[in-house]
Amino acid sequence: MIVNWFRYSSPVSFYPLAGRLSRAFGVLAAGFTIAGLYIGLVVAPTDATQGDAYRIIFLHVPTAWMAMLIYLAMAFWSALALGFNTRLSAMMAQALAPTGALMAALALWSGAFWGRPTWGTYWAWDARMTSTLILLFLYLGVIALRSAIDDPRRADRACALLSLVGAVNVPIIYFSVQWWNTLHQGSSISFTSAPKMAMTMVEGLLVMTAGVWSYCIAVTLARVRSIIVERERGSGWVASLIARQGAR
Amino acid sequence: MSGFFAMGGYAWYVWMSYGAAAVAVIVEILALRLRRRHAFDTARMAQDADAAGPATRPLADLRSNG
Amino acid sequence: MKARYRRFAWIGLGLAAVGIAVALVLSAFRSNLVFFFTPSQVVAHEVPQSRPFRVGGLVEAGSLRRDPGSLTVHFLVTDTAKTVPVTYTGLLPDLFKEGKGVVAQGRMGADGAFHATEVLAKHDENYMPPEAKSAIEQAQRGPESMPSLHEARAR
Repeated sequence: MIVNWFRYSSPVSFYPLAGRLSRAFGVLAAGFTIAGLYIGLVVAPTDATQGDAYRIIFLHVPTAWMAMLIYLAMAFWSALALGFNTRLSAMMAQALAPTGALMAALALWSGAFWGRPTWGTYWAWDARMTSTLILLFLYLGVIALRSAIDDPRRADRACALLSLVGAVNVPIIYFSVQWWNTLHQGSSISFTSAPKMAMTMVEGLLVMTAGVWSYCIAVTLARVRSIIVERERGSGWVASLIARQGAR
Repeated sequence: MSGFFAMGGYAWYVWMSYGAAAVAVIVEILALRLRRRHAFDTARMAQDADAAGPATRPLADLRSNG
Repeated sequence: MKARYRRFAWIGLGLAAVGIAVALVLSAFRSNLVFFFTPSQVVAHEVPQSRPFRVGGLVEAGSLRRDPGSLTVHFLVTDTAKTVPVTYTGLLPDLFKEGKGVVAQGRMGADGAFHATEVLAKHDENYMPPEAKSAIEQAQRGPESMPSLHEARAR
């Protein structure tokens, strides 16, 4: 079966699809998160060294992964927007930034509250932490840049450039624990080796990751719908959309 | 049950992390609702203004942030 | 608020964000605090002489001494090849243990010891329930074994 994906590259046809997907992923997010929290906070055993403080991992690791992944997604849509000058790609990049910033902030916040009982400090100027803090500031920079430029198409181009330049930071974050001697420990789960944690812990981590993924997709799609209405409000189809359903 | 909330003595750290996440999720969802409502209101007002005629357009610089 | 003023406010915020990010990069990387040096590097004088830096490794088993009546502690940090004596006054983190990872920040003293202003525990990326850990320790009893060395891999 051949799906005409280009059909969905126009805001008109993407708007209702995004609504259906957003609701579906919202339901998935709720399910996965509840299950993941149950596994992580109740079922998973205490860690031998860190006690129950390690349970922060079930929030920290998924949000940290997501903060990096969303930045890559934002850079990807930005590249498409620059290359093909497509409206919807720029809107997707715009919709991803706030959620990416939130994920970076949560990763830093939960990391601080994990670092205090284990390392002995809320914050250290460690390579991993410093580069993640820079990621947060890149997100905030993109959001501020967008708000500073009135013309949406010019804002698209400026934000796309900043997003693409900032993308070099993502591999720095990911590989910082291998490139330098950092206080931050290495990865417990990677593509190249067996997980370095008990199986229940891995399960909790993966289920929570699925929950955070679904949440970010649901929220981003909901936000892109608002962005479409904001930016296409002069068009006829938005007029008929309003006439049909109103603001609810 | 109280043992669960005590988190083996690490309650402050664990619940500050998860609590902040819960607050952040609620705030983001509320902000999205507000933004959606605002987007529709702005679009409707712009259209009403257009329907009234291009000469009477008081909402020309209505911008939507947030 | 006028749209123009709001725009200036956003430009200011954006510049502040980017400026802070750049300042962080420069200051953190210039001061050598984003990573730590190993005891071998310290012994080979490959460390900054006039500026504070970090040294990381394992706390050598049996090397921890406390000065009576004060919070001052002495211990040796090792990377299994070389060791560096460390002096520190203050509270040690919960996870600080002999044979476990540690990262100390400070500078070399004239007495040849590393005078730490901050001592942090470095844990590894392995997580396991207490039963599994005691089983492993049971199995390892016999040949003298060091805990898994993340630092050794990084060197």
